[in-house]
Amino acid sequence: MSNIQPVFIALQANNDTLPIIEAICSDNPQAQVNEYPAMVKINCPGRMVIRRSSVEERMGRDFDLRELQINLISLAGEVDESEDEFVLFWKA
Amino acid sequence: MPVKAIKPGYHGEFRDRVENFRGQQLLNICWEKHTMFGWPMCIPVPPEMPFGALLEQVLPGIYGAHPDFARIKWNEVQWSSAKGPFTPDPSKSMVEHGFKHKTQIRFRTPGLDGHNGAG
Amino acid sequence: MAADGDLKPIKKLSLKENYALLTRGLGWEPTYEKKEEIFRTIDFEGIKIHDWEKWEDPFRLTMDAYWKYQGEKERKLYAIIDAFQQNNGQFNVTDARYVQALKLFLNGIVGLEYASHRGFNILGREFPGVGPRIAAQMQAIDELRHATTQIHAISHYNRFFEGMADFPHQFDRVWYLSIPKSFFEDAVSSGPFEFIVAISFAFEYVLTNLAFMPWMSGAAFNGDMSTVSFGFSAQSDEARHMTLGIEVIKFLLEQDPDNVPLVQKWIDKWFWRGYRLLALLATMMDYMLPKRVMSWSEAWTIYYEENGGALFADLARYGIRPPKYADVTIKEKQRVSHEMWSIFYSVRNAVGFPVWLPSAEEMDWFSEKYPDTFDRYYRPRFEHWRELEEKGTPFTNMTLPQLCQVCQWPCIYTEPDDPTEFVHRETEYQGETFHFCSDGCKDIFCNEPEKYVHAWLPVHQIYQGNCFPEGADPTAPDFNPLVAALQYMGIKPGVDGGLMSQHVDASRWEQWTSRPANLHEGAITQAVRKTT
Ligand SMILES: [Fe+2]
Ligand SMILES: [Fe+2]
Repeated sequence: MSNIQPVFIALQANNDTLPIIEAICSDNPQAQVNEYPAMVKINCPGRMVIRRSSVEERMGRDFDLRELQINLISLAGEVDESEDEFVLFWKA
Repeated sequence: MPVKAIKPGYHGEFRDRVENFRGQQLLNICWEKHTMFGWPMCIPVPPEMPFGALLEQVLPGIYGAHPDFARIKWNEVQWSSAKGPFTPDPSKSMVEHGFKHKTQIRFRTPGLDGHNGAG
Repeated sequence: MAADGDLKPIKKLSLKENYALLTRGLGWEPTYEKKEEIFRTIDFEGIKIHDWEKWEDPFRLTMDAYWKYQGEKERKLYAIIDAFQQNNGQFNVTDARYVQALKLFLNGIVGLEYASHRGFNILGREFPGVGPRIAAQMQAIDELRHATTQIHAISHYNRFFEGMADFPHQFDRVWYLSIPKSFFEDAVSSGPFEFIVAISFAFEYVLTNLAFMPWMSGAAFNGDMSTVSFGFSAQSDEARHMTLGIEVIKFLLEQDPDNVPLVQKWIDKWFWRGYRLLALLATMMDYMLPKRVMSWSEAWTIYYEENGGALFADLARYGIRPPKYADVTIKEKQRVSHEMWSIFYSVRNAVGFPVWLPSAEEMDWFSEKYPDTFDRYYRPRFEHWRELEEKGTPFTNMTLPQLCQVCQWPCIYTEPDDPTEFVHRETEYQGETFHFCSDGCKDIFCNEPEKYVHAWLPVHQIYQGNCFPEGADPTAPDFNPLVAALQYMGIKPGVDGGLMSQHVDASRWEQWTSRPANLHEGAITQAVRKTT
């Protein structure tokens, strides 16, 4: 079982997160978007990356990845965060 | 594995010792299969109360609302506790039956297995 | 400025450098006090830590960022709460039944946020490592924020509905609220490592998604803008707490192989404790949301079986296995909410909110969502109870339950492989008998009987005469111990519990909104009929 266990991130469904969700989808072709009332949950097998540059491109402004905190609902997976990338992954 | 505690020898007090119940003891009663009642019942009883009083005065108040209750043939009821099956004697007391504080007794009424199979 | 042309601007610190300065940089080794004297509770559990420097906080949240983003969350939250209140949002939820779930939330859950605040304050003091200490201190502040925002948001409902005015009193005294209360008291009275495994990992990482994701999404679906906002606002902190939870586990397991069996034991214990606590939520999701997003069973499949499966597959490399009795939770997912709602219904006069029978539409939904159990075990029960209600003799259970010594639920659960048989588990310890709802709870007791013998079990306390209001005279001829116990708990008979169709929240709802209090069953007052 290597790298196929799903990670996920759940974000509030609002105008701030639209460009983030778009960025996630374009950077993670295997990402699967599930919409619920007020909430969007994105699953991805093994690993998911959120790239600052991709979000900025869609937002049209500077974006600090820590801003994710504001609209984050939940996540699953280990986290590795730097200025440029927020990564969720499983090692197994 | 015993509890790990900051102070060696830690032991909580027994909060529900029989002495705290003003001369009564707790008895837990379960009518098997009758899940409509939700749970085994817990009642305080005098240790010297005869089993007959339990049958005649206590159980109807607890379980009488169930359609199966009026149909119980009491001589066919199967009684048990954690120690196994037992045959109650209506004239003997709780203590004489060996019921300690917090003993649970259960009764099964074969053929009466809950209303429409739903407890 | 031009004169400074050749001065290079100071290089901005990277996130990692910044965080290292805050944690490692601000910590120090004590010189005039012994370390063991300062951190006195860190050894007794038997956990071995060789190098606290190995701790990694994946979020690397520095204080400036913490205050900035928390401030922003609060502004956003209060903008919504203000709008909700100004627009009489409490009348825009689906129906008056929805509000009853908020009572359970306020009386039963908000107190846990505060208990959690206290627990993390303790950790913030007790951990020798700077990284985990800062994470715990931030979480302590977060939990206080959760408690206050929840109280604040729900206080608006309190102006219109019964049963919310005395939430701290109820949290401390109501019989079924000893379940959440004792859960946290168990955790906070264990050692710091057990507490953090219990709360950050087993509860927050493994289980709280079930609480906050589908339930809060359900609140949104039922039009409660206020609750979904405080829920998601709290949950945005929770994502950080969950990450702390998994970091703790990895850190403990990597520090010493001797930690593995201890951690496994705590995972087993607290997964089971947390799961039993969530039964309350299963009921809120399936029975108290008039419009539903997903069933408890579906939520358990997604959030425990799928996500938990991924997590434990990942932890297998440390020698950690999935929690003991996880298989039982999967067997119980088809019935736990139905068993629970049944007991709330049958003891409705002793609970802090009114209850109702599921409507025909709702029962059809249950049949679809619970194909293996609902029609067989629960539909006939509810149909029988409806007949009795129509006859004017609704089914009532007036006898107090046998309680589980550990989780403090009444022993309502049925055998994992047979929903028609009650679970009977007991043990004898030093000559006294103790009862349990499950093998999971029995194991917990048998591992630490010294602790659980002094559990404060509401039923036993009532029978001992310790739950009467001040000035009550148990020797008076007309003294009714059950009525006195309800007074002690802060439950007003005839006001708080009972049937929804006869409840004052229902009639006021129709008067104020001209909409039925139960959207599936039609109006109960003229207030609605005359407008339609
Ligand atoms: Fe919280
Ligand atoms: Fe239990």
